[in-house]
Formats: sequence, structure tokens, C-alpha cells
Amino acid sequence: MSAWPLRYWRDPLLWTGLALVALVLLMPSTKPFFAALFPKLPRPMFDLDSFADLLIGHMLVVAASSVAATALGVGAGVFVSRRAGAEFRAIVGSIVTIGQTFPPVAVLAVAVPVVGFGFEPAFFALLLYGILPILENTIAGLASVPAPLCDAARGIGMGEASILRRVELPLAAPLIVGGIRTSVVINVGTATIASTVGARTLGLPIIIGLDGANLAYILQGGVLLGLLAIVLDLAFARLLAAVQVRRG
Amino acid sequence: MIELEHVSKRYGATTVVEDVSFTVAAGEFCVLIGSSGAGKSTTLKMINRLIPQSAGTIRVGGRDIRELEPAALRRRIGYVIQSIGLFPHWTVARNVAAVPELIGWAAARSLARAAALLEQLKLPPGEFLEKYPHQLSIGQQQRVGIARALAADPDILLMDEPFGALDPITREVLQAEIAEIQRANRKAVVFVTHDMEEALRLASRIVVMDRGRLVQVGTPLELLTAPASAFVRDFVGSDDLGIKLLGVATVAERLRSAASAPGEPIAVTASLRQALSRMVAEGVDRLGVIDGAGKPIGAIHLADLLRR
Repeated sequence: MSAWPLRYWRDPLLWTGLALVALVLLMPSTKPFFAALFPKLPRPMFDLDSFADLLIGHMLVVAASSVAATALGVGAGVFVSRRAGAEFRAIVGSIVTIGQTFPPVAVLAVAVPVVGFGFEPAFFALLLYGILPILENTIAGLASVPAPLCDAARGIGMGEASILRRVELPLAAPLIVGGIRTSVVINVGTATIASTVGARTLGLPIIIGLDGANLAYILQGGVLLGLLAIVLDLAFARLLAAVQVRRG
Repeated sequence: MIELEHVSKRYGATTVVEDVSFTVAAGEFCVLIGSSGAGKSTTLKMINRLIPQSAGTIRVGGRDIRELEPAALRRRIGYVIQSIGLFPHWTVARNVAAVPELIGWAAARSLARAAALLEQLKLPPGEFLEKYPHQLSIGQQQRVGIARALAADPDILLMDEPFGALDPITREVLQAEIAEIQRANRKAVVFVTHDMEEALRLASRIVVMDRGRLVQVGTPLELLTAPASAFVRDFVGSDDLGIKLLGVATVAERLRSAASAPGEPIAVTASLRQALSRMVAEGVDRLGVIDGAGKPIGAIHLADLLRR
């Protein structure tokens, strides 16, 4: 019946993705299961917000911060790899590393009085956290492009922008995508605590569960969170294979 | 086609090229030779502005290169380097079509040009166009490198030790092919090497450099028979001077047109060195000579090789 070849049905990304969606939609109907598992809990099912909303909120804050972190990380990495930006390399590296050493909770606490509760403090905290792996991998990726190759490109008459776009970035892409992957997976986890400042993420049932000693809430949030991290990691593995250059 | 006038290159207090002047006309195969650090590569790279000159004037096609936009200048000059520098993430077709693409040819025209060049460089296009560089041997990669340099049909070819990384057999085959391409299309070639055999085989003119200075400019024969200094004599190599002299002259120059000889004939375009080698190997003192079409046109005798 189906026009899909067998290999699509064997795809782990498809199955984990479907499992995530199914679990998000069907979580409320598993209430009897959690009630049986934790008989002493008066409220065994998290119902302050829909899991679908939390998942979407979680993905939105991670996506927004990752897109911004990618733009800044790749941009800064390219800039300090140019001759004009070389002297800023140490400074940029230090600033980003300092950003990484602040605990995320501290960043959230500092951000709230500045930008208020909700999406924004979470966005800034994740952005700060997400830049370093992307920046480092962009610098390493560009450095891995052999210098004679750029000389050859220059020698046949490519401009500097053209060399960056057609030669350096495509060849550095596997490392850059690897950096984005690390950044996104870290931020999926870090976004959990963002619910403490009012961002709607999958961290909400976990934080409330921890606060009220409700293990059922923690499990419900945790399972979805784990599945989301796996789906994103598999998706990035796919993207990485696509940008992997063929070379000897 | 290319004129260098009193060109120098300094890095701080160090002078790597000092007051070098020479010209290369269309159809001329100019070899820059010298030991490493002689400044020959630097001189080459100043011609396409990969390295800016510190003093002097370089003209390409009559125009001062400082008046031209560097990228535009380079697109008019074919460039081949020892490390080849093919783009590993592009197919052979796209590598060869890189310059046509930069100057805005239609895709179909670029592809047709790439196919024709691969054909000319003995890489069947049907087999090679869609391959990636890592699937090719080093010799095949450098053929693609040469095809890329020729893609937009430049009048000038700059070659920086292009055959340095090849095995001796592949090197000789490619030397013969580049000589053929240069002759057929009357390109002006500037070719850097430190291999005197290669220089003698290819050059119509040799520029000898030593520690940044130009030591002698001359034809291969002039370099062999009238070296300007002890350095040039040593560099050319005096112990097998006679063999080298035979290597730079062809059978055509000593042909006895009315004669004939038995046995396997030799081509009129072969060097006298090859003729001598054949005579010694076969134990004969004369060889029949044939032209390009295989028609007997005369003979050459051992005694003819000794004539000056």
C-alpha cells in the first residue's frame, strides 16, 4: 500500500518523534497508571498546563535562543578567523568563556529584574550558554580548512567573501553543526530551570514536583524531556551526515 | 604578455626578490629555476598579485597590474600549484568550471567546456565529471588542476612546481602534455621548478635565480654552452653536459634527408638524446627517421650527434 520504502519505517528518528508526540497527547490518559504507581499522592497527574503547550514552549525558547546563539557564535567565529578580526580572538574567547562559567540559575536571577519574568530571561540565559560550543567549533572548523586550498581559491580569482561562502564554510560545516548540536542538547536540559522564572517549559512539572515531593510530576516531565533530547540529537545526526563532505 | 621591470619584494629588512626584470611573450614557455629560497615562487605570485610587489612595475597584457582588480586579474590567468588545491567538496566538473562560473558563463557552456578539457587531458568525461577529487590518483588530480587553470582559456598560465609531487613517469607524461597544450594554444607560461632536467625539457627560456637575484636569462642551449657564472654552471650540472646538450636539440636539426636506414625508425620530433640512447641500446650507428604521419623522411647517423 505505502509508497514508503522499508528503510523509512526503520528510521529511529521517525519512531522517537512519533513516540514523543503520542506521549504528549496521551499523557493525561495514563493517570490510572500513575495513580497505581504512587497511591499516596492526592494528585498523580500534572494538570496545571497541557503537556503539548509545555513542549511547544520548551521548543520555542530552545529554538529562539539556539538560532540567536548560532548567528552570534558563527558570526564571531568567522570574524576572529579573518585577518582583520584576529586580534579580537582572545578577547571574544574570554568573554564567551566567562558567560559559560555563570551558573544558569544566577543568570536567570540577574536577568529577571532587567527583562522581567517569562520567556525573555530564559532566552538570554540559554543564549549565553549556547554560544561557546558554537563559537569554538566554528573557529576550529575554519582552522581545519587547509591554507593551500584558500590560496588556490584566491589564485583562480575568488573574492574573500566567495572563498568563505563556497569553500571555507562548507568544509567547516561538519564541525559547526557539531557545535550547534552540543549547544542545543545542553540547552534542552538547561531550559528546564527556566520555568522557575515563568517560562513555560517541560521543566514546570519537574520544578513543581520537586517542590511538592511529587515524584509522578517529575517522571512525567522528565520522560518527555528525555525523549525531546533524543529526537533533537537524532535530527542533528541526520543533518551532520548531510553536510559531511566527501574527501579522501 | 608579461613584463617585469626592476621588481623587488621585501619583508621588513629582508629582501626576498631584488631588482628582477624579464619579459615573457605570447607562445613562450618561461621556466624560473633556482634552489629553494631563491625567490622564484615569490616572483610568480607577484604576477597575479597573490603577493604585492614592494618596488618595480609588472605589466600583464600591457597594463600595470596595480591598476587591475586582483580577482579580475587572476581570472584571466591560469594558476596551477604543487598542492593542486582542488575543492574536495566539489565534483571534478564543478572544480574545472570554477572560473567560468565566477565570470558568469551559463551552466551548460561551463559543463561543455569542462568535458572538452577533460577529454583533452585524457580523463574520459563520462567517467570523471561526477567524481570527487579524493577518488582520483594524484596524477589525475593534477590533470584536473590543469584543466581548471585552462577552463576560461587564459592567455597566461602560472605554474608553481606543478609536477613536484608526482612520480617520475606521471611527471614525464604531464610534462609532454603541458608542452603540447602550450604550443598548440600559444599560451605564455611561467613555470617554477628546481629540477633542471624539467627546465631543459620544457623551457623556451630559462630564468635562473639565486638568493632573490636574477642570475641569467637564456635559452636552454645558451645556459648549457655559455653559463654566466660558476653558480649557473654548477646548477646546470657539468658532469653530463653533453647528454643535456643532446637533450635540448631534436633529430630534425641533424636530419640527413636523402638517406635511409634499416630497423625501427625514430620520430623527427624526438631529442638527439633519445636518438643516442636508441643507437647505444640497439648497437647501431644510424636510425631511420619518420615524420608525424609515419612517413620515412631520412636518417640520422652517430656522427651527426657530434656536430656542433
